[in-house]
Amino acid sequence: MAKALIPALGWRLAQAGMVAILVGILSFLMMSTLPGDMIYRIAGARFGYDNVTAENAEIIRAQLGDPSSITAFASWITGLFRGDLGVSLVTGEAISAEIAHQFGATAQLAAVAIALSILIGPPLGLWAGLNPGSLLDRTVVTLAAVFKSIPQFLLGLVLIVVVAIGMGLLPAAGHGEVRHMVLPGVTLALGLSASTTRITREAVVQARGSEWWRFARWKGLSDRQVMLRHGLRHVSVPLLTLIAAQFVALMEGIVVVETIFGWPGIGHALVHAVFHRDVPMVQGTALVMGLSFVLVNALADIAARILDPREVAR
Amino acid sequence: MTPRSTGTGLICAVLIFALGYPLISDTDPMAQSLLKALQPPSQDALLGFDHLGRSMAARLAAALRLSLGIAFVTLITTALIGVVLGAIASWRGGWLDRGLVLLADSVVALPALLIVLMAGLILPNQPLAFWAGLSATLWVEMFRLTRATIRAHIAAPAVQAAKLLGFGPFYIFRTHLWPELAPILRGTFALTFATVVMGIAALGFVSVGVRAPTPELGMMMVELLPYWREAPWALLQPVAATLVTLLALTLIAGDTRT
Repeated sequence: MAKALIPALGWRLAQAGMVAILVGILSFLMMSTLPGDMIYRIAGARFGYDNVTAENAEIIRAQLGDPSSITAFASWITGLFRGDLGVSLVTGEAISAEIAHQFGATAQLAAVAIALSILIGPPLGLWAGLNPGSLLDRTVVTLAAVFKSIPQFLLGLVLIVVVAIGMGLLPAAGHGEVRHMVLPGVTLALGLSASTTRITREAVVQARGSEWWRFARWKGLSDRQVMLRHGLRHVSVPLLTLIAAQFVALMEGIVVVETIFGWPGIGHALVHAVFHRDVPMVQGTALVMGLSFVLVNALADIAARILDPREVAR
Repeated sequence: MTPRSTGTGLICAVLIFALGYPLISDTDPMAQSLLKALQPPSQDALLGFDHLGRSMAARLAAALRLSLGIAFVTLITTALIGVVLGAIASWRGGWLDRGLVLLADSVVALPALLIVLMAGLILPNQPLAFWAGLSATLWVEMFRLTRATIRAHIAAPAVQAAKLLGFGPFYIFRTHLWPELAPILRGTFALTFATVVMGIAALGFVSVGVRAPTPELGMMMVELLPYWREAPWALLQPVAATLVTLLALTLIAGDTRT
């Protein structure tokens, strides 16, 4: 098992490296379009904005050379290995500290969204898959298609107008209490569970038509026992892969949903950083989002091998 | 009526409205007249006026032209990049193939909206940034499908025979591989189109998309949100236009992905 896992993890490592390079290139392009001399900006970051003088700028120019060259890119990459993401152009704080702070809020929201989507999607999918062709099955499949095509920001808008303003049940924005988490969590979860419902249903239908299901039934297990002993494990593998792959959609949703609901997380920070043209901050958030996607998928790879130890032909 | 023809009908209706409106009326979508602010739909103006007294019909048509136009250009770009790279990767194999797959896998790790936001800082105007950012991310799906399909068919007897007879890669692609590929890609085309429309609206909604006063679906929703009690009909218009477009595209895409 470990043997097959090493190339898969090596691939994830290469992917992580490539993500860092892509973010680096993009940020570099962003830097080069910012107005003003980069040297003066670095001087501001090092000596404080009141001490930016031509002499100080020249000292830095002598040390670094022209930063809009390949050396700046290389120094960013080496800084990355030390966990140094640079300094925010707006607040002057270290990017890594700011992101670590915001990441907590985002992780909270993401965890709620994933937990809700797992509570909604797979059970509905199981139920529908066990009764294919029934009224319930068709309703679930149609609803899944509808929720998949509704953009998350629209869902958020509808929830705010109907639940928060219309009925006054829950707050539309805020952070810190459980009731603040409901609306953004549900907005994210409904979109995610549309896909998980669908995948679970297909996997169950496929399992029930398979030979091993028939064999298990033939040796005397009831439908329920086959589902619990063999079916769930079978269904969980594609489900797990999908949930990990959904992580990028979740991040995208988080950018939008955090902004709408004023949730002080990484997506909110990203939109503000774009607004204020705070390139190091955009760069840092992009990197954290990309690398966490790779990490989540690497973990999913490992979990999938544990759930299904057969050699997977790639 | 099949779902696909319903979807085609809906998207045609949207297109006729978006492209046809400037032909029957020359109302400027940015012309304000505060006297008409939030005037409900009437016989003269079928869709009414927004909070600044701008014609909703003209704004909606302009917004749809913008979204659908960017989506169309992006679709062509991504299809071109995806199919060409996918064909090269599966045809040549080896390191080139591995390199391209690694690139595709890494691009997938970055949310599309994030790339668009970054492109917005690099490029001078927003439609260009939408095109570049979305093209840079959405080619991956086409690339993967093309690569997988061609790999499966490249060993087919017909393709092998054509190779032995000395036909070039372009001929083989056109006569043997493209007919296999086209029906598989059709669903992805519709979904890519939908993703672009949705992305533009989402960024407009969080105010980092197209700049005001350019009419854009997402931004129109935010602008009209404060007036939802006085003029719910106004807020509903961009919402309905977005939903109908997305629904139509989802219907056209069908269940090809499962």
